Amino acid sequence: MTRLNPKYIPLLATAVVLILVFATGSVLYPNFGTPRVIVNLLGDNAFVGIAAVGESFVILSGGIDLSVGSMVAFIGILIASLLQGGCDPFLAMSIALGLGSLAGAVMGCLIYFFEMPPFLVTLAGLFCLRGLGFVIHPESIAIDHPFYAEVLPQLSVLVAPKAVLPFTAMCFLGCVIAGTLVAGFTRFGRNVYAIGSSESSARLMGTPIGRTKICTYALAGFFAAGGGIVSTFYMQSGNPASFVGLELDAIASVVIGGTLLTGGVGFVPGTLMGVLILGLIQTMITFNGTLNSWWTKIFIGGLLLVFIVLQRLIARR
Amino acid sequence: MINWVSDLLFWIVFSAILYSLRRQRIFWTVGALGLLLLFNQFFTPGFFHIQLLDGHLYGSRIDVLNQGAKVMLLSLGMVLVIATGGVDLSVGAVMAISAAVSSRLLVTEHQPAGVAIAAALVICVVAGAWNGLLVAGFGIQPIIATLVLMVAGRGVAQLITEGQIINFLDPTMVYLGNGHLFGLPFTLTLVVVMLVLTLFLVRRTALGLFIESVGDNYEASRYSGINARQVKFLVYTFSGLCAGLAGLVACSNIKSADANNIGLYLELDAILAVVVGGTSLQGGRFYLVGAVVGALFIQTLTTTLYARNVSSDVSPVPKALVIIGVCLFQSDLFRTRMVQLFRPLGTVLKQISGRIPHKVLTAPRHDSPKP
Repeated sequence: MTRLNPKYIPLLATAVVLILVFATGSVLYPNFGTPRVIVNLLGDNAFVGIAAVGESFVILSGGIDLSVGSMVAFIGILIASLLQGGCDPFLAMSIALGLGSLAGAVMGCLIYFFEMPPFLVTLAGLFCLRGLGFVIHPESIAIDHPFYAEVLPQLSVLVAPKAVLPFTAMCFLGCVIAGTLVAGFTRFGRNVYAIGSSESSARLMGTPIGRTKICTYALAGFFAAGGGIVSTFYMQSGNPASFVGLELDAIASVVIGGTLLTGGVGFVPGTLMGVLILGLIQTMITFNGTLNSWWTKIFIGGLLLVFIVLQRLIARR
Repeated sequence: MINWVSDLLFWIVFSAILYSLRRQRIFWTVGALGLLLLFNQFFTPGFFHIQLLDGHLYGSRIDVLNQGAKVMLLSLGMVLVIATGGVDLSVGAVMAISAAVSSRLLVTEHQPAGVAIAAALVICVVAGAWNGLLVAGFGIQPIIATLVLMVAGRGVAQLITEGQIINFLDPTMVYLGNGHLFGLPFTLTLVVVMLVLTLFLVRRTALGLFIESVGDNYEASRYSGINARQVKFLVYTFSGLCAGLAGLVACSNIKSADANNIGLYLELDAILAVVVGGTSLQGGRFYLVGAVVGALFIQTLTTTLYARNVSSDVSPVPKALVIIGVCLFQSDLFRTRMVQLFRPLGTVLKQISGRIPHKVLTAPRHDSPKP
């Protein structure tokens, strides 16, 4: 029997926790262990998940991106106001993705060229994007474009009896697959891992540090913008005040998914499982009905702690 | 007329302070604050207006001091944590816990204000010690270790208040955030006392040196006999205490404890204050007074934006841009890059000046004595 590679242990632990949480829910509450709960889980957490995929890349490279929550809200209100102005939905989405990548690239440039801490730069990005959302439109805008009202509902697929996989969930799964492929099977992905493991060694090996770093933040911006687009599918509106603190959920998902915050270790599918665990906890608290929503925060905090200590123990060996 | 004189006096004192700091790192921070105030002097009517009412001073500058107190208190703890190379993300949540504990004891349990305040501070010290334990004891990265309490702490605070917003009217608690002492807000006295206390602790004992050495090189300081773990544990505990005080001030300001919103995003303001104050996020050298001035700078910026009728929703944009600008100018790398960028311009100017006849440049001035 071959010994398990220690780098897969956090991923395995995440999978075990995911199964345990789901099993607990199924035992405690009737109708919990149904395909319907699973598809709703994917659909409801799609925008957090897509943003978390981008966040995974940044964390793998040893950085951190605090701006994703503001970015999702900013893109949401941008698309809503563009559509209100009679813009074609696909053009609006392209503009959104372009602007998101550009904002990420600008932050990456500040981080690389002036060696400013990522924490600080993306914090400024958080404030900036949140404010810019309010500049576009200070209040929530409902989207009544025919594409949203008529085309989108037809894109969902019946996967099991009484379980309709919404289009947002498909976008989420697509992003996870794309993220996994980019991280695991491209030169860019390997460069990200190399920089996250040790930037000085990567530089000595001739890894293009600047290009990779800037691309990483641009990619995070791209995914966060994707999350913003999916949030408009889900909410059928854009609101500049929404998704405060989403960056924390994204970071927590990445960490619970087994990615080390020091960078260099972790897998994108882990992030998917992290998002699902957070979503399951929320679903369980909804099913319970008597527990207050703030228990979610305490549970997430506790889970984070367990995973951090676990990672620490693995790293020590 | 009186205002004109007092403004002039203010600027003379400010310039003297700035001049005396010309060789210090915090020159940039104080200078940035000066520029902001100068802008307000000319372009924001009423910003420099100050008046005496019932023996208390009122005005925008006093407002800045009063409203900035929370971030100033937080930055005192934060600067020490950052000096050891860490960061404390949980201070906002700890503020909420402090507010929740004190107002619950005061209102629901009918305890005297002294007990409520003491209990809140003790619990916040315990919360800080918990962070310290995770970072120093288990060796977990500070960002994640404090992220745990940041996420869970607000939930705990909600649990303590049972999801309610608790209002109180106890005079001692209300005085903490709204009272006046010597004509100035009491919060200012609190900040000054804490600042002097901390300055004494870190600059009159070896503690400051220990903190800087742990932040500079953990292993080296451990080998030279410093109990590096203890130092780290201590700074997180102190940060908890500062956050507890800030939480008391915050809930006293609004006479109620709202576990959802008290201290929300203030950890970010505190970190910004420390960075604007000249302390590097990498750890090592720290500037305590710089952090407090940084907090004042951020509050002045916020108050300026409100005074200029920028909506509170939009105000983060200019705030972020100004802060990035200040941080850029503090980084030596940026200054070197800028010099490199403008060096061609300098050589061009030199060449041009080389073509100008020598006589023009060295022409005798009119007031020079005739031979």
